[in-house]
Amino acid sequence: MKNKGEVKFWNGSIAIAEGAIAAGCRFFAGYPITPASDIAEYMALRLPQEDGVFIQMEDEIASIAALIGASWGGAKAMTSTSGPGFSLMQENIGLAAATETPLVIAEVQRAGPSTGMPTLVGQGDVMQARWGSHGEYETIVISPSSPQESFDLIIRAFNLAELYRVPVIFLTDECVAHMYERVVVPPKEEIEVVERLKPNVPPEEYMPFKPINDIAPMATAGMGYRVHVTGLTHNEKGYPMTTSPEVQEWMVRHICDKIRRNEPKIRDIEEYRMEDAEIAIVAFGITARAAKAAVKMARRHGIKAGLIRLKTIWPFPEPYFDNIADSVKKILVAEINYGQVKLEVERSVHGKTSVELIPKFGGEPHKPFEIYEKIKEVKNGN
Amino acid sequence: MEINATQHPMDKYLRADRIPHIWCPGCGLGIVLNAFLHAIEELKIDLDKLAVVSGIGCTGRIAGYINTDSYHTTHGRAIPFATGLKLANPEMKVVVISGDGDLFAIGGNHFIHAARRNIDITVIGVNNYNYGMTGGQLGPTTPLGARTTTTPYGNIEHPFNLCHVAHAAGAVYVARWTVLHAVRLKNSIKEALNKKGFSFIEVIAACPTTFGRRNKMPDALDEMRFYREHSVIKHGIDPAEANIEMGKEIVVGKFVDIEKPTFNDAVEELKRKVKKK
Repeated sequence: MKNKGEVKFWNGSIAIAEGAIAAGCRFFAGYPITPASDIAEYMALRLPQEDGVFIQMEDEIASIAALIGASWGGAKAMTSTSGPGFSLMQENIGLAAATETPLVIAEVQRAGPSTGMPTLVGQGDVMQARWGSHGEYETIVISPSSPQESFDLIIRAFNLAELYRVPVIFLTDECVAHMYERVVVPPKEEIEVVERLKPNVPPEEYMPFKPINDIAPMATAGMGYRVHVTGLTHNEKGYPMTTSPEVQEWMVRHICDKIRRNEPKIRDIEEYRMEDAEIAIVAFGITARAAKAAVKMARRHGIKAGLIRLKTIWPFPEPYFDNIADSVKKILVAEINYGQVKLEVERSVHGKTSVELIPKFGGEPHKPFEIYEKIKEVKNGN
Repeated sequence: MEINATQHPMDKYLRADRIPHIWCPGCGLGIVLNAFLHAIEELKIDLDKLAVVSGIGCTGRIAGYINTDSYHTTHGRAIPFATGLKLANPEMKVVVISGDGDLFAIGGNHFIHAARRNIDITVIGVNNYNYGMTGGQLGPTTPLGARTTTTPYGNIEHPFNLCHVAHAAGAVYVARWTVLHAVRLKNSIKEALNKKGFSFIEVIAACPTTFGRRNKMPDALDEMRFYREHSVIKHGIDPAEANIEMGKEIVVGKFVDIEKPTFNDAVEELKRKVKKK
């Protein structure tokens, strides 16, 4: 547990908002939705104090459009939402991906589909966070398990957004967002904050979408570069090339590969008791806490269980699981859905080990003993 | 004096490498672009501090031709994008140029709320009575009875009166011109650009290719002739009185020009008030 810094008693939502401000977020546009409204309310209170702008938009479509505009205006921008609002944002998540616009979406998952269970937890938006908009693109998806991590990882979310010029989805859940815990806020000078790369060439030489080491420097409005930005298939100059399969291939490869190539650098996984584990539990968000308790129970009963906690879900750490599959006999994936991360784990282990789901359908998190019972069952079956 | 015959004095406002444009012969959009560029020139606006934002459609392509920071967004979302841009970067003059379908059908909700908030942007809405780029379908402005590809028996929907919508939603500047009124349009754009708050100009524009030829105005000049014969300038009239009906007079002019605190000023004032020392 961290000790150096100021100790706060925050819930996950406040930690997200304060972390965002610490990361340099100075623009927030959002629309009320349960259980994510706390973040917007807190930002409305805090941002003007920090010389930032808060605006409540007419819907989630407008919210993310305003974020993209603000980001091209030079600001670090964030919104918060939950499932139904996240669905509405998918259109412009595609625009942000295509135009390589840094921004952060805090998605507080509730149970779906549709209006679902507005006040209760779910983890059913994992695939949507990756595949929600049409066409081919990549996003980065981060999942915190505590208020402390909500603070720490939202800063990382902004840093990754700036570094890779990509929309980052902060995929938390109702439980973590509403849970109050001790949060240690490190001194300002100890917080690493990344700023987007800016061009240093004269305007006539500048190519807004020509990558240098994977990422193109970004000239925002008013810098004198007179950039053209479009959601149409575009070349390095940003000009539409809507009938060129070659430019389409270049662009899609670029917006995907800049993330795929850097998966090992983006990857953030916590292992617990994995050193000699025969049964691995994979979990994220609130579920990882129940899973950790279940691993402890199992260990007390002499079962070699371990936890793999995903703090980044996308890009999926495929090589990591391919490797893990060589050393464990069984992988159990606990998530509050009917099997999403499970599919990815299954794909990544290439049949080397069996993968089983411990589902919950939303409305409540897993209880530790439910996961433990499954571990026991697997152990006895061995 | 040496004259360079290969250069046009307005070239500096255009991305020369993006020309020729995609618009059809007889399209009114060239006149809108021309009026806009001349307004910028006469106001001596710093091109580095001007951002043009558009949505999708024929008009949406305007952003791509102008030599400023220019943003071609998704369908209907130009106004919220512009809202974010202007709030994050208040030094920029932000102009949205888009079509009637983009601004008032798919983007209608954004239009009314930006006007209500009095966001400090200028919106130029080009109304050609139909969806041109997709082949001439019914738009939110298609007059009753008009034929489009999705109203083959004639339009049975009531259209929006865009200036009335803008006024009712709270715009501080509202004007309407046709592309025949090129100089008045340019002057109106200048006024709108100088106006603090949400200013709106509707430009009735000819679309012979997909609207005119289905409505007995197949030639590029037919629609212009219609504007000349049917336009009536009525400055200051209540926009509610300026409905557009097929074959009837088109009321043009400056309808609204009022002062109201902007959202942008309110945000700055709030920041000053609550800022942590």
